[in-house]
Amino acid sequence: MDVSQYLEIFLDETSEHLQSLSDQLMILENEPENEDTINEIFRAAHSLKGMAGTMGYKRMQNLTHDMENVFSEVRNGKMKVSSHLIDVLFQALDALEEYKNTIQETQDEGTNDNEAIIKELQQILDEGTGAGESGAKPEAEKPKKTEASEKAPDAAESAEEDAGDAKWKSVKLQEHEVSVIKEAISKGMHVYGCTVYIQETCILKAARAFLVFKALEELGEIVMSVPSAQDIEDERFEFDFSIFVITESSYDQVKNAIMGVSEIDHASGEEILADSAILSGGEDESQAADTAADEEKPSAETAPVPAQQSAAPATTQASGGKKNAGAGKPVVNRTVRVDIEKLDVLMNLVSELIIAKNSIVSFSNAVNEGTSGFNEQIEYLESVTTNLHESVMKVRMVPIESVVNKFPRMIRDLSKKLGKKMELFMTGEETELDRTVVDEIGDPLMHLLRNSADHGLETNEVRVQRGKPEVGSIFLDAYQDGNNVVIEVRDDGNGIDVEAVKAKAIERGTITPEQAENMTDKEIIDLLFLPSFSTAKVVSDVSGRGVGLDVVKSKIEALGGDVSVKTKLGEGSTFAIRLPLTLAIIQALMVSVGGEKYAISLGSIQTIENISNEDIKFVEAKEVIHLRGSVIPLVRLDQILGVESTKDPDGDLIVAIVKKGDALAGLVVDELLGQQEIVIKSLGKYINCSSRLISGATILGDGEVALIIDANVLI
Amino acid sequence: MDELKAITEYDTTQYIVIHIGDEQYGIDIKYVENIVRMQSITRVPNVQEYFRGVINLRGEVVPVMSLRRKLELDDDVITNNTRIIIIKLEANAPIGVIVDEVKEVVTLENGSVDSVSRSSKKEENSYINGIGKTGDTLISLLDLNMVISE
Repeated sequence: MDVSQYLEIFLDETSEHLQSLSDQLMILENEPENEDTINEIFRAAHSLKGMAGTMGYKRMQNLTHDMENVFSEVRNGKMKVSSHLIDVLFQALDALEEYKNTIQETQDEGTNDNEAIIKELQQILDEGTGAGESGAKPEAEKPKKTEASEKAPDAAESAEEDAGDAKWKSVKLQEHEVSVIKEAISKGMHVYGCTVYIQETCILKAARAFLVFKALEELGEIVMSVPSAQDIEDERFEFDFSIFVITESSYDQVKNAIMGVSEIDHASGEEILADSAILSGGEDESQAADTAADEEKPSAETAPVPAQQSAAPATTQASGGKKNAGAGKPVVNRTVRVDIEKLDVLMNLVSELIIAKNSIVSFSNAVNEGTSGFNEQIEYLESVTTNLHESVMKVRMVPIESVVNKFPRMIRDLSKKLGKKMELFMTGEETELDRTVVDEIGDPLMHLLRNSADHGLETNEVRVQRGKPEVGSIFLDAYQDGNNVVIEVRDDGNGIDVEAVKAKAIERGTITPEQAENMTDKEIIDLLFLPSFSTAKVVSDVSGRGVGLDVVKSKIEALGGDVSVKTKLGEGSTFAIRLPLTLAIIQALMVSVGGEKYAISLGSIQTIENISNEDIKFVEAKEVIHLRGSVIPLVRLDQILGVESTKDPDGDLIVAIVKKGDALAGLVVDELLGQQEIVIKSLGKYINCSSRLISGATILGDGEVALIIDANVLI
Repeated sequence: MDELKAITEYDTTQYIVIHIGDEQYGIDIKYVENIVRMQSITRVPNVQEYFRGVINLRGEVVPVMSLRRKLELDDDVITNNTRIIIIKLEANAPIGVIVDEVKEVVTLENGSVDSVSRSSKKEENSYINGIGKTGDTLISLLDLNMVISE
């Protein structure tokens, strides 16, 4: 079978399952008894096994098969979850991840059998269950039936009357079904109960079952089936199902009809007579108990099934698990996977639409007279394009969850590796960012978390000495702040030792002792972002090679964001990453400086002020203004942009107050031109704007190009 | 060997001939995306001196450099003949180059192009990777990678 076309779906789904496994294992580590979690893990392992099998990845299938076996035991309460087990399972996850990556690169799963892990899993299995699984199992589950089930495998072909084979006998009929059957019998019809066994090698069992149903429906009427027709259709059954048929035909005809379907192993049934036990409604206590259990938990059906089926407990359990999950499973979002390139095209079209709209607006301003209807239409167009833009943006937005949900596992591993107890608390995983940004922030965040775990948190002994809780805490908080998304990595560790950084910087020759004298703490901490700067005394393989923070910084800046640090010695540090929410289209304030038009992102503008010349004060020879209790430095845009202001130097200044985090600055402009939605275009790779003052350009309605000022670099 | 030589000799390249002052330069036509008339250029502050700014080329923002400034000649005098040649060395990265005049397209046999002696210490030679001849006139063939890079 050519499966390559499914490869992408397979990879996507594998990632999802692996992630779910990892999440659930984390939970399980803390709550070893959590049944939902165990079921969830079981399901994920089972699905993975199935998918790997379908795609022909045998090694992957083997490994997941063993994981599944272990969990089937855990689920049956035969085994306790130990921390050793969790460790091995995590190893298995890593191995699966590796398979996935290899498949992604080469379409082949590679040759690593991961025998060590498989062996370990089997050892755990043996130890955990105390004996070989297959023998012990049916016994433990339903001692009453042992005899029947043990002889069943041989008897299966011939002894159709055997209680273990004729599962239909233990089906509990509902009252109305009983009455239907009784009525049919009284009318002289034949009623047969029958259990049909499909060959275990059968791939399309639902289809076979369907054919059986169809064949029987030609002969008569199917009163009921166990599992229900719907479940059978969805393949939620093992290799057998029981049916009750009302027909005029003889039993042999019915049986021939069933056996006429290929891949049917055998069928076991007989006619139900008016005095049959099954119609009297649970005389037999044990049968009643069995059937009651059936309704709640189909996996209990294993009991009367021949041992050959019990020997594959895993698969039986799987169907049970799936059924149980039905109610508890979170509702899956209705989603479509769309190639990001298609979205880019859509986005570009929206951009062009907005440009076109802007030119109509500027045109209408020009011809302004007698055009009120025209203006209305333009306003309408404007609202449509704005909504369209927002929708397209939203399509591109994905929650950062997909990136951050691998971190709890990482922290767990780090905790073991470093021998420090620590816990990760995350909030705001649902915060959304543009897809391209989300794809890129994984590594920087990982660096920061590792940094916190390795450098930030003290060892447990030191923490206790300092009167801190023994277990260190790392926080990852994400939230939206205006047009930005802020992701903070915070720890309650030692904080950054400014003096140590200073000493190190001097030792490395990064700064001279004289320079160090004049540097503020903040400036010194910023040295950490320089390439090859690490203060860890011991270089570990976790972090400390000094490749971390500068990479973080350059990556975040490439995404149009920035990183800042706050730290207090002895109390911990906070690294805050600030990223733009939208990349392509923003609301901007248009200003003119020296006759040139510039755009400033409205998101960073707080207020616009008219400031008279007398209000300008000087602090350290720099111009500042006092505004509602804060001292705000003034930035003369004309000087920075290298143009002559066209304004009367003695008149009032127009100042746009911009903010970045807590910091403010006042940008002095010549004139305000109004607010506009602009499409951000890159300046291209050739122009090298050293100050990074210009973050891009946009095309105005009249076709002119206006530059976008990144106010963040001026603060 | 002879065969190889034969192929290279008969191989031809088309060049767009431009004027900068009295000199003629050739630009390999395969890199030329478009030739547009001079239009309003938005200055970009704090960038390399030879960049005049950016233009709007059918909805795309394209940086424009001055070949004269790059070659350290007198600054451009904008006339009716001034053109911006849009060059694309890589996909999605167009760049405009201002020239005094676009004259013609010539086809040069690769074998007839003289290489420039690299020993020459003159700065501007590094922007030229060959000299071609049509009739009596010499055409300096621009090494676009050098022209465009820093």
